[in-house]
Amino acid sequence: MLAAWFLGGTNARLSLSPVDLIIIVLYFVLVLGLGFYLRRFTNTGEEFFMAGREMTAWIAGLSFISANLGSLEMMGYAAATYQYGILVGHAYWIGAIPAILFLSLVMMPFYYICKTHSVPGYLKLRYGEGARSLSAISFAVMTILMSGINMYSMAVIMKVILGWDIHFSIWVSSLTVALYVMAGGLLSAIFNEVLQFFLIWIGCLVVPVVGLIETGGWTGMVHRIQTNFPGQDFIHMWSTTGSFTGNPMGVHWTGIVFGWGLAISFGYWTTDFLVVQRVMAAKDLRSAQLGTVIGAFFKMMVPLIVILPGLLALAVLPFHLVPENQGGLPNAHTYNEALPLMLARYCSPGLLGLGVTALVAGFMSGMAGNVTAFTTVWTYDIYKPFIRKDAADSHYVSMGRWCSLLGVFVSIGTAYLVMNFSSIIVYAQAVFVFFIVPMFGTVILGMLWKRTTPAAGFWGLLAGILTSFALWAWVRMDPNALRHVAFSEHAKDMAENVYRAMWSLIVNVVVTVAVSLFTKPKPEHELKGLVYGLTELAPEGHFPVFRRPITWAAAVAVGFVLLNVLFW
Amino acid sequence: MGKHFIPIWFFIGSLLTIYGVLILGSGIYGLFVPPSNPVTMSHLHIGIWWGAGMFLLGLAYVVRFRPNRKDM
Repeated sequence: MLAAWFLGGTNARLSLSPVDLIIIVLYFVLVLGLGFYLRRFTNTGEEFFMAGREMTAWIAGLSFISANLGSLEMMGYAAATYQYGILVGHAYWIGAIPAILFLSLVMMPFYYICKTHSVPGYLKLRYGEGARSLSAISFAVMTILMSGINMYSMAVIMKVILGWDIHFSIWVSSLTVALYVMAGGLLSAIFNEVLQFFLIWIGCLVVPVVGLIETGGWTGMVHRIQTNFPGQDFIHMWSTTGSFTGNPMGVHWTGIVFGWGLAISFGYWTTDFLVVQRVMAAKDLRSAQLGTVIGAFFKMMVPLIVILPGLLALAVLPFHLVPENQGGLPNAHTYNEALPLMLARYCSPGLLGLGVTALVAGFMSGMAGNVTAFTTVWTYDIYKPFIRKDAADSHYVSMGRWCSLLGVFVSIGTAYLVMNFSSIIVYAQAVFVFFIVPMFGTVILGMLWKRTTPAAGFWGLLAGILTSFALWAWVRMDPNALRHVAFSEHAKDMAENVYRAMWSLIVNVVVTVAVSLFTKPKPEHELKGLVYGLTELAPEGHFPVFRRPITWAAAVAVGFVLLNVLFW
Repeated sequence: MGKHFIPIWFFIGSLLTIYGVLILGSGIYGLFVPPSNPVTMSHLHIGIWWGAGMFLLGLAYVVRFRPNRKDM
C-alpha cells in the first residue's frame, strides 16, 4: 500500500524504483530516530526552546540557512528563474547577504546579550507589552498560515510530479516533523536541519553538474538560451534593470536595491524569528555571529542548486514551460516543475530517490522552522504573559511539546482550507512578507536610537502593517493603482511585492520617528543591553584575526561584490 | 558541547555512507543491465561517481566523528 503511494500513479511525471523508495524511507527513519534520541537532552525550557544555547557556529549556521531552504523556496525559485531569468538571483545576493551580515555584526549582539527567547521577546524588553503582543500574535498566525500553505503546495507538487496521494503527503511529512520537534524541541529541529542541509545540497547538485556538462559549460548554456528564447535577456542581473520594460520581471534597479535589498531582505533576515532563533541558540556570541556569517556564505552559494537548474531548464528542455493557470492543458508542464523535470532528466535510479529526498528534506526543514518558532513565540510571548504567568518551567516545556503537535494540526487544517481556496496562496504569501517588513524598522530603530519610545514602537509597527495591507487591497480593487505603488503598470507580482515592502518600511520608520519625538522615552538604565551606546560589547581583540566574525564577514562581502560584477 | 550527544556529523556520515552504497550499487547494476528509458547523459554513469563520492565522504565523517573517540 505504502509502496503504491510512493511509487506513484500512471499519471506521474516521474517514476521511482525500489532503490529510490529505500532511500526515502531511510531518511524518514533517521529523522524520527534523531528526534527520539535527542528527547532525553531536552528537559528544561532553555533546552527545549533554545537547544540549551550550546550550538557550535557550524551547527547554528547550517541550521540557520537550512530553515530558510524549504522545498517551495527551491522549486519556487527554480520556477521563477525559468520565468524571469537570473534576475531572481537577487533574492540570494542583494536580497540576503547584506542583511545577514548586518544581522551578524550589528544586531546579533543585542539579541544575544539580552538573553531573550524570541524577537517579540526583544520588543517586550525594548518597548513593552504593546509592541510584543502585536508582533507575537501576527507572527504566530502568519507562521501557521504559511506552514499550512507550504504543506499544501508541496503536496500538490508531489502529486503532480510523483503521483503521491495528496492526503498521504500532507499527513506523513507533517506528522514526522511534529513527532521529532515534539520529542526534541529546537535541538531536534536544528540537528535535523543540518542533516537536511547535506541532503538538499548533495541531492540537488547533480543537476547543475551534469547540466553544465551537457550544455558545454556556461557559454554553451547561454548560447542555447538565446537560441530558444530569441530577443529575451535571461542572463544579466543588473544591466537590464535601467528601465521597467528592459527585463522579464518588469522591475527597475531602485526596486531591487531599496525594496528587495533593504525592506524585504532586512525585514526577513534580521527580524523573522524563524531564522534568527537558530543562531540565538549558539553557545556564545562569537559562535552566533560566526554561524550567521557561515549561513551567509552558503546562502550566496544556493543559486548553484536553484537558479542554475532554472537557467539550464531554459537551455535544454525541448518544450516551453507554462504558467500555473495553463497547467491543465494536455502535455503542458508548468514553471513549478522546472526543478523536478531537471532531476528526472539527469537522475538515474538511486539518484532520483536522493533528489526527491532533497525536496522532502527541504519541505521538512522549512516546516520544522515554522513549528519551533511558533512554539516558542506562543509559549513565551502569548501563553506565559497572557494566560499563565507563574507556572513551573516543566509546565512550559510540556506546553511547548503539545504546542508543536497542535501547531502541526492547525497547519494541516490551514492546508485543507487552502485546498478549497487556492487563490489564498498568492495573497497570504504577500501578506506574510509584509507582516515582517515593518518589524525591521521597529527593531532597528529600537536598537540604534535610544530616543525611540515604547509608544512609537507600537504605533510604527501597526502603521507599517496597515500600510502593507492597504496597498495590497488598493491594487486588488483598482489594478491601475499599480502604477503608483510599483511606479509602473508593467510591474509583475514579484516587482509589486518589492515596492510595497519599500512603502511599508518607509511609513513604519516615519511614524516611529514622529511618535518618538512627541512621547516620552524610557530611562537609559532600562535600555542597557538593548540599545547601541548603552550596551557593553565584549572586545574581540584577543582572538586571532581568522577567528573573528568581522574577518569572515568581510570575505563574504568581497565574494558578494565579485559575483554581482561577474553576472552584471 | 556540554552534553554528551553523539555528534550530528556521525549521523550524517552514516546516512551518506548507506546512501553511497545504494546509489553506487544501483549505478553498477545499470552498467550491466541498462534501463529501458535511460536518462540524459547516461553515458556519464553519474550514479557511480556520485555514489562513490557520497560513500567516501560519509565514511570520512563516520570515522572522524564516531562515538567514544578519545579526542572528541
